[in-house]
Amino acid sequence: MIRLVPDHSARIQRSEKVPFTFDGVALMGCADENLAAALMQAGVLHLRNAPGDGAPRGAFCMMGLCQECVVFVDGQSVESCRLTVSPGLAVKSRR
Amino acid sequence: MRDIVDISIVGAGPAGATAALVVGQTECRSLLIDEQRQAGGQVWRAKDRSILSAPATPESRSGDNLRERLAASGVSQMTDTRVWQIERQGEHWVIHTLRNGTAGRLYSRAVILATGAREEAQPVRGWTTPGVIGLAGATALFKQSIRLPGRASVVAGTGPLVFFVASEIRRLGGTVAAVVTPNTRADWLARLPSMMARPDLLWRGGRWVADLMLASVPIYWGHAVKSVSGDDRVIGVTLCRLATDGTPLPGDIGIAADSVCLGGGLAPSIEAAQLAGVAVRYRPDLGGWVSEAESDGSTAREGLFLAGDSCGIRGAVAAELHGQIVARTALRHIGQASASDPALERAYRRASRFGEAMTALSVLRADPIGLATPDTVVCRCESLTRRAIEDEIESGAVSSNAVKSGQRAGMGPCGGKYCQSSVARLIALQENRALSEIAPPTPRPPIRPVPVSALAGDFDYGDLPMPKPAPL
Ligand SMILES: Cc1cc2nc3c(=O)[nH]c(=O)nc-3n(C[C@H](O)[C@H](O)[C@H](O)COP(=O)(O)OP(=O)(O)OC[C@H]3O[C@@H](n4cnc5c(N)ncnc54)[C@H](O)[C@@H]3O)c2cc1C
Ligand code: FES
Repeated sequence: MIRLVPDHSARIQRSEKVPFTFDGVALMGCADENLAAALMQAGVLHLRNAPGDGAPRGAFCMMGLCQECVVFVDGQSVESCRLTVSPGLAVKSRR
Repeated sequence: MRDIVDISIVGAGPAGATAALVVGQTECRSLLIDEQRQAGGQVWRAKDRSILSAPATPESRSGDNLRERLAASGVSQMTDTRVWQIERQGEHWVIHTLRNGTAGRLYSRAVILATGAREEAQPVRGWTTPGVIGLAGATALFKQSIRLPGRASVVAGTGPLVFFVASEIRRLGGTVAAVVTPNTRADWLARLPSMMARPDLLWRGGRWVADLMLASVPIYWGHAVKSVSGDDRVIGVTLCRLATDGTPLPGDIGIAADSVCLGGGLAPSIEAAQLAGVAVRYRPDLGGWVSEAESDGSTAREGLFLAGDSCGIRGAVAAELHGQIVARTALRHIGQASASDPALERAYRRASRFGEAMTALSVLRADPIGLATPDTVVCRCESLTRRAIEDEIESGAVSSNAVKSGQRAGMGPCGGKYCQSSVARLIALQENRALSEIAPPTPRPPIRPVPVSALAGDFDYGDLPMPKPAPL
């Protein structure tokens, strides 16, 4: 099949995978990758429960504004779309 | 004595960064501030360090070029620094920042705000389901992390962005389940004359569409996503056709997907300028509420200038030229000789024409609230449904500020950025008023979340590398 937009996926080289955790669950992610992206890649989309109706929520704006991707790291609430993966990072959710 | 910067520039996108490069050629003390880790803005966002190598794209090349020029120029940069308040104190502007969890203050004679744009949301049932990300947000995921939102994505939204996102998903090895756009082919044809100004961009966009067609990706012109299904992750979407006036027509189409990129166009980021006292006016053709500024960037506030998409969505090319124009205005303000450049202004006007044509296509033809059912969440932060907000309006809240204080719509952590235009639409509908009469709520500092612990100790700007003061 003719492709006018080539598939570049095989040409992307990434850093080594390192372990990190999400609510105690062991995950692997590329070192220094954006945390929201790494969680998405690991299949973790549900990052918090909404106030009020408690419905599941996940990253939305990817630019640090909507606050849907907020998680806790070292007791501080931070936007996961503004954080990166490091070895042993312990992420706690608002789920 | 405090360190006083001559010109501070907030936002290191195409507009702010080129402004900084112009200012950097003079003797004056300047500082370029951005909340991202590297300059580039939304359009030329830098890659994560996790990417060791990847094929270059037009965006990555422009971004790398900009970052190299900045590095070579010696412009002082404060990255990963969020501006959360701007106020006038005596002769100076005070910029309140947050960096590494610590609040700081910066004094400046002049400020250029080049804060860019954010995405407009279009609430539909299920749009809060994990796996639904913004359409512009998806481009951030591609540029920064080179990751896909899922395995099979529905890409929905207006203007050229919808085709760019679909094409990037294919380039990165993903599957586009469908492209859904409220624009019709006739809408695009009507814009062709203004797009002729940039045959290169027209050609690039044409390739995206042709590739999708060759790959048999269904393109639903004149359609919109009506609802998203799935509990804690997306399993599919329902589409509907739109009438010419944007109202949904009967006859639903279901599509299976594990992710959705959903866009409702872009809106200028006006909050910083509002805090500084700049008035706003309604310009739907430029993305909605824009800050009042002259084309040279000057505003009614002394020493405060605006550049790029934050004063109307005109795109990256125009933003880059505008930054150079506005830098000259700011330099003149602080007493540096800097002649205006008619060729630059002509180039800016040309780029603006193209950008404005794209914005016109991106302004939703569909009424953005028209697809929200009574139980659709409109305010994500407070989980307020359309019905809850309508009840508040019914009981007498007739302004965005009133809805905000009554129902807390806009009081959540996003500061109303993702619900205020929907709330305004609801007021307009219910009160039978024009949207131009329903101003966005007055922003209150902080315009970015500031942890209480951050306010404990300010850091010292004397530590920053700064060029020698100008002999003024
Ligand atoms: C998510 C997103 C993706 C986009 N992708 C594309 C694209 O792929 N192609 C395209 O043609 N157009 C894209 N656009 C449109 C884009 O707005 C313009 O094309 C272009 O980026 C405008 O340049 P600018 O310099 O005016 O603003 P921007 O590039 O948006 O730059 C503004 C900068 O200001 C910073 N900033 C804002 N507020 C603060 C604050 N309070 N404190 C500190 N820093 C702050 C931001 O981090 C950003 O770097 C996108 C827009 C968005 C919102
Ligand atoms: S996804 Fe919106 S703040 Fe992170």
